[in-house]
Amino acid sequence: MRIGVITFPGSLDDRDAARAVRLAGAEPVGLWHGDRGLSGVDAVILPGGFSYGDYLRCGAIARFAPVMAELVPAARSGLPVLGICNGFQILCEAHLLPGALTRNAGLRFITRDLPLRVENASTAWTRAYSGGDQIVVPLKSGEGAYAADAGTLADLEASGQVVIRYAGDNPNGSAAAIAGVCNAEGNVVGLMPHPEHAVDPLTGPSADGLGFFASVVAAVAA
Amino acid sequence: MSLVDTVARAAAEADLPQPFAELGLTRDEYEKIVATLGRRPTGAELALYSVMWSEHCSYKSSKVHLRQFAATAPPSRALLAGIGHNAGVVDIGQGYAVTFKIESHNHPSYVEPHQGAATGVGGIVRDILAMGARPVAVMDALRFGPADAPDTGRVLPGVVSGISFYGNCLGLPNIGGELDFDPSYAGNPLVNALCVGVMRHGDLQVAAASGAGNQVILFGSTTGPDGVGGASVLASATFGEAASDGTASAKRPSVQVGDPFLEKLLVECCLELFAGGLVTGIQDLGAAGVACATTELAAAGTGGMLVRLDAVPLRDASLGPPEILMSESQERMMAVVEPGRVEEFLAVCAKWDVRAAVIGEVTDTGRLVMTWHGETVVDIPPASAADGPVYRRPLARPASQDVLAAGDPAALPRPADGAGLRADLLALLGSPGLADKSWVTDQYDRYVRGDTVLAMPDDAGLLRVDETTGLGIALATDGNGRYCRLDPYLGTQLALSEAYRNVAATGARPLAVTNCLNFGSPTDPAVMWQFAEAVRGLADGCAALGVPVTGGNVSFYNQTGTVAIHPTPVVGVLGVHDDVRRRVGIGFPASVDGAAPVGLVLLGRTEPEFGGSAWAHVCHGHLGGRPPVPDLDAERRLAALLAAAVADDLLSAAHDLSDGGLAVALAESCLRGGTGCTVRLPDDPFTTLFSESAARAVVAVRPGGETAFGQLAGAHGVPAAAIGSTGGDSLTVDGCFAIRLAELAAVHTRTLPALFGPVVRDPGVQGPVLSS
Repeated sequence: MRIGVITFPGSLDDRDAARAVRLAGAEPVGLWHGDRGLSGVDAVILPGGFSYGDYLRCGAIARFAPVMAELVPAARSGLPVLGICNGFQILCEAHLLPGALTRNAGLRFITRDLPLRVENASTAWTRAYSGGDQIVVPLKSGEGAYAADAGTLADLEASGQVVIRYAGDNPNGSAAAIAGVCNAEGNVVGLMPHPEHAVDPLTGPSADGLGFFASVVAAVAA
Repeated sequence: MSLVDTVARAAAEADLPQPFAELGLTRDEYEKIVATLGRRPTGAELALYSVMWSEHCSYKSSKVHLRQFAATAPPSRALLAGIGHNAGVVDIGQGYAVTFKIESHNHPSYVEPHQGAATGVGGIVRDILAMGARPVAVMDALRFGPADAPDTGRVLPGVVSGISFYGNCLGLPNIGGELDFDPSYAGNPLVNALCVGVMRHGDLQVAAASGAGNQVILFGSTTGPDGVGGASVLASATFGEAASDGTASAKRPSVQVGDPFLEKLLVECCLELFAGGLVTGIQDLGAAGVACATTELAAAGTGGMLVRLDAVPLRDASLGPPEILMSESQERMMAVVEPGRVEEFLAVCAKWDVRAAVIGEVTDTGRLVMTWHGETVVDIPPASAADGPVYRRPLARPASQDVLAAGDPAALPRPADGAGLRADLLALLGSPGLADKSWVTDQYDRYVRGDTVLAMPDDAGLLRVDETTGLGIALATDGNGRYCRLDPYLGTQLALSEAYRNVAATGARPLAVTNCLNFGSPTDPAVMWQFAEAVRGLADGCAALGVPVTGGNVSFYNQTGTVAIHPTPVVGVLGVHDDVRRRVGIGFPASVDGAAPVGLVLLGRTEPEFGGSAWAHVCHGHLGGRPPVPDLDAERRLAALLAAAVADDLLSAAHDLSDGGLAVALAESCLRGGTGCTVRLPDDPFTTLFSESAARAVVAVRPGGETAFGQLAGAHGVPAAAIGSTGGDSLTVDGCFAIRLAELAAVHTRTLPALFGPVVRDPGVQGPVLSS
């Protein structure tokens, strides 16, 4: 099984995402922002980082990268896609996911190990969990406050598209403590915390994040 | 006639008065330039010499002392490249080499804290990159004025946000450092940035322009007016001296602005260029920009270089040769490339969207020649600029040393009972220098790259280098201005000892040393005496510990008016860890119900040593007496014991004892592990709790390993006293006091947020809702 990890200029956690894919038993495939194809991968991860420096709005430029012209229709056709942190921001900018990520309520960058609750364990990226599971995964971002209009928030709650929620204190002022959402079909998931940094207790707070990568391996195999 | 000051014009108009003093050169230095050239320098040459001969670039006041590091360096098989390179390179085995260095960005960080600190990170990262290594982590040693001073409220948050902005966006984990406060740093904050990089043996790059005909390529950012004069003016003169109105604001335009995104591209671009074998010589551009890179590359190589300054890509078309030479625009590198490889080189740069321009070539003339639209504006022997003057400044031990030494802390009132001991511990834990530093470290990304095994608040940063074998490196920086004020020789050895011990506490073996020497004005004989003593102390200490100094940095002129900062050498120690999977952190393990208790052992000998201690400082505002006596032989034995015990898997926690002594160490280990402990102390609990005797640590021994550990300690000649065990929800000192963890945590964590604002603002509502 081959899972692509896109490197945009300024992507930083691409190496970590590839390691997580490997630990979950799949083969990571590096995809370049300028690529005009997806190399036939079975799923794609948009990793964390500061694409193009994020000097404009986070993810606003990466959305126009050539590889996105391939990714967007593939995602709409059901390809499993995971956006982590900057990748989540890019997916929102590309309108593959609803809402937007805004500046943290405290106006400062935060790195913190946080308890998260898995609200929807039926997506392509969370099926290895059970609904209500609590996991500990690091958050590290300056613009991680999830925002959407009231109607969208109500729709997300009603349709089970809130995938991950902050289980303890709301660290950044996210609406309804939302840490991650999915599209209506559940194949595209985005979240601000970094499951790829929680795949080995040696280098992270837990191995709780491995489930995201194990989930997609199971989803693709199914 | 040309408006540019050319070599021909300099020869013809020999008597033209030149602003050498405004550029920071003395009359003697100016006359030396005239004698070297046989004529007056052109404006561009004057600019070039002024930055190259600044204290910051030339080390003209420190060089005679720094020679000791090489002269007395202990023999080390690990050293692949030593002092004189951009950074030292150390063999850590399995084919890996590590390069690391610490550098100051003190003055820019006072003028513009955010950009000053940000570009400090960027500069040290390029130093590491220029050695051929992939930068893998950064650390920061920070010192500010009083925590509650209004100006600290301006400087500290800006410095932290600058480091956060640059390091996070660059994708380098921040794995540790220091934070301290003292009135002596008001107006002179210390911002010392460390970077470490990893490479394979054989990847080492050289900073030399060799091979006549090879092309000189400037790549990365464009060149603008930022930082013009920064090196010579900002780092080499006290604030106010050169400003016409006597304020620092007159120099604000001199601070550089950083672009970490471009630096990230530059890192990846350089590593691909190195891997492709496309580079024969490489130099980063830092202080003194193009002037420094061209002269140093030329002086270290074939000896000649021709540079077309008009080929330098500019972001401000009005810049002339002197400004181009002095500009400190960030995110630039200079490479020497064989003519046949230039096309490939430029293609790699294009892939990473990095701008590159061929600006010259290596020659065999022995001269550094620069032209501006066809006219020669620089024609010098490069070594004359690269080597710079050497001063043996007068030094004198100030009489104030005796006054300080006479102020023995033994006379200070000590807590009379358990309640007093308890109050003093809480005062220490809540003091800004010892309080929980999450306010700072939570703003840094410690996870990126996925190899961070330990980071703040553990004793040292620990990185995995090889995923298969578990090979890793540990790093710690330490410095103590109070100890050094009392005795710069012993104080510097104590800084070295502490960093060495911190690295050892993870189970790593210390291998090599870097340093950042922060002092006042070298023209003050008392400061020069402090400096000479500190260097001698470090050189002697490194010889005794068997770890060589591989490089470092000197920052002078850290003073306001005639008042210098405490002498503050910051010492960084690098160690190698054979298997990071066996690392230990500072957190005490919780006792498992029904299982044997986890025993705590105090290692080392405790004497009543309170001179310069955190207790005297925090509880009495006192600085006097003698600092603790370093015991380098004991440090060596302690480090060997810790490495052996970790290798045998006998320990579940280890914490070095330093500021605040055993009391603060126990509290930190309890809070980190989330478990309490109960200890029984011998006759004089005050001394045992708060003394800062060196060469000590507290360890948690795995149940069942007590006998083996005791034998190991005996074999290493390290005094070991069983003092109690972990467990419960209080830090309890039998017969003295008990403090619940919740109270410890509250006192420890509230200080910095109370001073600098909450990191996480409680919005009071569920969060923003966009209006539809």
